Amino acid sequence: MDLSAFPKAAQLAPLGQQAPRWRPGLARGAARELHNEVFASADEAAGAACALALALDGMRNTSADRLEEKSVLWVQDAPSRRKTGVPYRPGLPRELRHRVIHVAAHKVEDALFALEEGMRCRDLACVIGEVAGNPQALDLTATRRLSLAAEKYGVPLFLVRHDAARDTSSARMRWQVRSAPSPQPRWNTGAPGRPSWHAELFRARSHAPGEWILRDDGTSLAAERPGARTAIPQDREQAATPDHGDLAGAAGAGPLAAR
Amino acid sequence: MAIWLVQLALDRWRHAEDCQRGEGADAEPLVLITETAHGPRVDAANDAGREAGAEGGMMLADARTLCPQLKVAHSDPAGDLAFLERLALWVQRWGPWSAVDAPDGLLVDVTAVAHLFGGEVRLLDDVNTRLEAQGLSARAAIAPTAGAAWALAHYGPASAILAPGDDGAARLAPLPVAALRLDADVLLVLRRLGLKRLGDMEQLGRDAVQRRFRGLRSPSANPLMRMDQLLGRVPEPLLPVVAVEPVLVQRRLMEPIRHRTLLDRVLADLADDMVRELEGRGEGARRLELGMWRVDGEVVVRRLEMAASTRDAAHVCRLFAARLDDVDAGFGIEMLRLRASWSEPLALAQAELDAAAEEHGTSLAACIDRLTVRLGPDAVRRPVPRASHIPERAQGWQPPLEPEQASQHLFDFHDRPLKILERPEQIAVLYASPDGYPRRFRWRGDVHEVVRVEGPERIAPEWWREKGSVRLRDYYRIEDGAGRRYWIYRAGLADDGRGGMPDWFLQGMFG
Repeated sequence: MDLSAFPKAAQLAPLGQQAPRWRPGLARGAARELHNEVFASADEAAGAACALALALDGMRNTSADRLEEKSVLWVQDAPSRRKTGVPYRPGLPRELRHRVIHVAAHKVEDALFALEEGMRCRDLACVIGEVAGNPQALDLTATRRLSLAAEKYGVPLFLVRHDAARDTSSARMRWQVRSAPSPQPRWNTGAPGRPSWHAELFRARSHAPGEWILRDDGTSLAAERPGARTAIPQDREQAATPDHGDLAGAAGAGPLAAR
Repeated sequence: MAIWLVQLALDRWRHAEDCQRGEGADAEPLVLITETAHGPRVDAANDAGREAGAEGGMMLADARTLCPQLKVAHSDPAGDLAFLERLALWVQRWGPWSAVDAPDGLLVDVTAVAHLFGGEVRLLDDVNTRLEAQGLSARAAIAPTAGAAWALAHYGPASAILAPGDDGAARLAPLPVAALRLDADVLLVLRRLGLKRLGDMEQLGRDAVQRRFRGLRSPSANPLMRMDQLLGRVPEPLLPVVAVEPVLVQRRLMEPIRHRTLLDRVLADLADDMVRELEGRGEGARRLELGMWRVDGEVVVRRLEMAASTRDAAHVCRLFAARLDDVDAGFGIEMLRLRASWSEPLALAQAELDAAAEEHGTSLAACIDRLTVRLGPDAVRRPVPRASHIPERAQGWQPPLEPEQASQHLFDFHDRPLKILERPEQIAVLYASPDGYPRRFRWRGDVHEVVRVEGPERIAPEWWREKGSVRLRDYYRIEDGAGRRYWIYRAGLADDGRGGMPDWFLQGMFG
């Protein structure tokens, strides 16, 4: 066996240091990770919301998706439907509302089948899955299948794992997500603001692990280091995220029929 | 040419009973009835029944008074109509196209056709003979317009012929006004006006009739319009009956097959044949039925419905493969038949090369078909807005590829949660603030401390749908100490008189 083709250990070490840190909008480049897992609690919607935000970030930064509006496949197994509920159209991000196709699978095997079929479909922008716990069927072999399908057909998968332990998996990026206190809205300071999540990237193939506070501010995904939030001046943040900002403009610009 | 089947319902009943007119079961007085809100009503009576006094339109109780030994059978209007549609195709032996004239008539276009049968008299003879041989009592008439032919068939002399050279108005003048195919209430008006025959209308003058019926646009309500159609002054479009043959391919096998691999092979051959047939017609299949005839005479049928019309043999085979697992071949299957009972136009497109499908993935319709076949049609759906204020009712589900109905925008200031629980879960309020919302509550075993809140958003019950005892809901958007955002509501008010102290529920989760 010719070992000379493989890199030496000394060459590998700098590679690890050179690995770029994850930041929003990476999908613009070639380094787009297609198989993602998001671990979250089933008692909050942070997992699904963060997966959606990451998916949207990828879709906004891929030029092909801007030309035509592709659908989004959202697969749930029965326990995750029972514990966390089903997607609610009026609460979905505005650009996704009319594009969601929901699959209510009974068993995990059916959900995995639907995920794989979704990734084989060229007319889907991305596939979002929700599986509760650590089922037997979702072993390393199954995740490997998913990774291969995602990378062969180029459809990104965001699999939300509710109340799951960090088992072995071939996912390229694995996140642990929980809700974070939201920024104060401008007018009603007692009200909850824009959703924020504390996301920890604990395993990634091409990025160094790290922690971020993520927030989808309507046009792009904003990420900041957990400690840095207090440093942002209050007024600047308010200007950047006007809650309920231009209601009159939004109402006048949209057509009367819901999209 | 108009054909009137005088006793269509009775003829069909006789055919079902297998007896000749006036013989066997038909010798006794019998009526066909329909159940109505006011009791059974007589639709038709046979010869013996009519002699005894029963008539169509009578109540059965009245007919029973006249003739106590009256026998009763149920009429079958849907079956009559289906029979009439089949007959409409059969009568195309006498002309290039035909139309159904419900409930008991047919119209055939015999323009420039009569000489093929040796003249119009011979043609009518042929019609009468052949219909009589089928056991149908019929009256036929030929005229230049459909209206005139209908009038002569119903009210004219037997086998009447109105040649193009004849004076139509004069020939038709003695017919009753009912020959105009008018609604019953219009006929009543005409009878009260003293107009009994078509000639009377001509004498009365056009303007006088026009003034009386000027507001009525429908031909069946306006005698003048019908008169014009009768005499050919205005055109009368008819809807022809066109036979649609479903695409059907079949294979008879020399040796009965018992194994799945062979079955898949035959199915692939059938699918190829089917695709070729469909391609020739420029159509794609929406529904396919696969019938498998076993040696012992049993037939196993598997149906398949697709989200979009398709002409892809591999796709069809793949969908059927999931349905063939539980087929019991018994002693073997000797014939297979594949039928496209619902097909839609599908333009020719460049065939997808197998390599391309492998490379670039499947289309959305194919993906949804695969999901639906395995998970069932109710599992793959798209959320759509519905007109309702109640949150769980404001979202409906529909098949993913169907177009969305237009609906009203939601208000932007109504914040709605990302996910909604299938049924709201009750929460135990441990400590409520004086403003009325909970400061601390227990849900799923955890205690949540509410730090930020917005509300209430009051949603009143929909009184046009629900009972009066349903309570209103006050919704609050809350965030707890860990940043988790929920949508909770209080069902009712303490003093609304619709139950005791209101309960709190958690219905949705924000992102």
